[in-house]
Amino acid sequence: MAAINRDDVAHLARLAHIEMSAEELDRMAGELAVIVDSVKSVSEAAGDDVPATSHPIPLSNVFREDVVGHTFTAEQALSGAPDAAEDRFKVPAILDED
Amino acid sequence: MTDTNELIRLSAADLAAKLSAGDVTSVEVTQAYLDRIAAVDGQVNAFLHVNAEEALAVAAEVDAIRAAGGAAAEELHELAGVPIAVKDLIVTIGQPTTAGSKILEGWHSPYDATVIKKLRAAKMPILGKTNLDEFAMGSSTEHSAYGPTRNPWDLERIPGGSGGGSAAAVAAFEAPLALGTDTGGSIRQPGAVTGTVGVKPTYGAVSRYGAIAMASSLDQIGPVSRTVLDSALLQEVIGGHDPQDSTSLTDPFDNLVAAARTGNVEGMKIGIIKELHGEGYQAGVENRFNESLELLKDAGAEIVEVSCPNFKYALGAYYLIMPSEVSSNLAKFDGVRFGLRVLPKEGPMTIERVMGATRAAGFGDEVKRRIILGTYALSAGYYDAYYGSAQKVRTLIQRDFDAAFAQADVLISPTAPTTAFKLGEKLNDPLAMYLNDVATIPANMAGVPGLSLPGGLADEDGLPVGIQLLAPAREDARLYRVGAVLESLLEEKWGGPLLDRAPELQAPALDAANTVGGSN
Repeated sequence: MAAINRDDVAHLARLAHIEMSAEELDRMAGELAVIVDSVKSVSEAAGDDVPATSHPIPLSNVFREDVVGHTFTAEQALSGAPDAAEDRFKVPAILDED
Repeated sequence: MTDTNELIRLSAADLAAKLSAGDVTSVEVTQAYLDRIAAVDGQVNAFLHVNAEEALAVAAEVDAIRAAGGAAAEELHELAGVPIAVKDLIVTIGQPTTAGSKILEGWHSPYDATVIKKLRAAKMPILGKTNLDEFAMGSSTEHSAYGPTRNPWDLERIPGGSGGGSAAAVAAFEAPLALGTDTGGSIRQPGAVTGTVGVKPTYGAVSRYGAIAMASSLDQIGPVSRTVLDSALLQEVIGGHDPQDSTSLTDPFDNLVAAARTGNVEGMKIGIIKELHGEGYQAGVENRFNESLELLKDAGAEIVEVSCPNFKYALGAYYLIMPSEVSSNLAKFDGVRFGLRVLPKEGPMTIERVMGATRAAGFGDEVKRRIILGTYALSAGYYDAYYGSAQKVRTLIQRDFDAAFAQADVLISPTAPTTAFKLGEKLNDPLAMYLNDVATIPANMAGVPGLSLPGGLADEDGLPVGIQLLAPAREDARLYRVGAVLESLLEEKWGGPLLDRAPELQAPALDAANTVGGSN
């Protein structure tokens, strides 16, 4: 399995929407390389015949009646928002000007 | 009235008995705990928020119902009036919920978690919210954005994590009970290093609705207490099916208290997991573990050895599955719907750049590490090798448990490989920190229940050692049955609870004047 380097971390940080300084990228790349190295034996542990488990106790068809349950008022839903206007979340610009 | 210093050391079960007998009022009990918090929490830092006013109001309500008598008094829950602390990962109306993170500083939830609704229905006064590693990521509480909690046994040492605040609060007699959450050991490992009891129920036995998600397929809310019976009482309060959690089980879990009171292990088969002791475990931990085995054998249990060969992959698989789920669950902290918003210092104010600046400022190092690791494990080209392989290991671990439980009714191991280490000792070595959970992680991977109880003090450092019991899924009652027996055998040997040996926490002279009522 490929090792993780500084460029990978910079790319991943962009995907994860976390701004990182040059110093942080260096440190994180070093730490993550050690962690990734220590978990790589996992890929050799199980053969192709072993099914994957996504959930510890499988349940199926967990449904409820299709009726409106408890909902928040706009005031409750917006109570923790950093910015709101006209009963809505106020979002910064989606697109850059240029 | 009982002396307040004596009062705060009573178990929840004994407090409940005194309350219903009218020997003491809930206001007296709740005030005694609030006074204790005021006196010692400056040193321990177990609480992020103290909820004095509401707790006393609930206590007064219980006292009034009891005083009036009649049907309403009869219908009071057994634990009505017994106070409790809540890990600050669980959302509460009327108190802030921070998850130990700057990104949620000052945030108030508009709803209560299901477990909180159940505490309110039982009329248990909520003393406050306890400290934790940020978003429950850590084994020492040093990753809290609000400073570490300290271990009441030695204030220079860690109280475990992520639920170090809940465990330390109970160990320091700041609360008789607390709620925790356990994703890889966050209830059991703090229990082990603070000399307290902690239980991770079967996955789905307690609703997760309102527990801020770290890794949804592993997270589980559970009880923190000083005795095995107290945890059983609390699990029966908070457990049960909840339609608001689609992973909640419909099975009844109403035999836990009875199991804790059964007190018999005769003829039970108890399996030592070959892979979870010996090399890598501190000598004092190993000694106390062997001592517990002898006691159980003398009480009529049959000790067998079982092998779980795939447990050696559990830690690695956990550090792929958990961060993957973290990277997805924490995507909601986007600076728009709740919590912190930080604007970039310069350049265009687009949502992407605001999000990047917000998450950079709001998340601590460990959270960032796990998000990046999870984003990596889930990325195209690596998914099969990492996340896919880890999910297969999860199957292998479940098969190991199935084989082990075919040979034994419960399994036993040390809860953690070492006793409490010094603050700062492992903070800059993430891998060394992760190894603390090596014995607790397999239970989360398979969804089976686990309990940690005090096993004594290690010879070399005089610090608490935890003994872990594991049972098959849905068989939580077995943990309480065996745990209660082992606890009583050990306490008989010690001549009292282990916490009686913890050093007295002295209120600093300056603060002593501020405590209400000033006991002693």
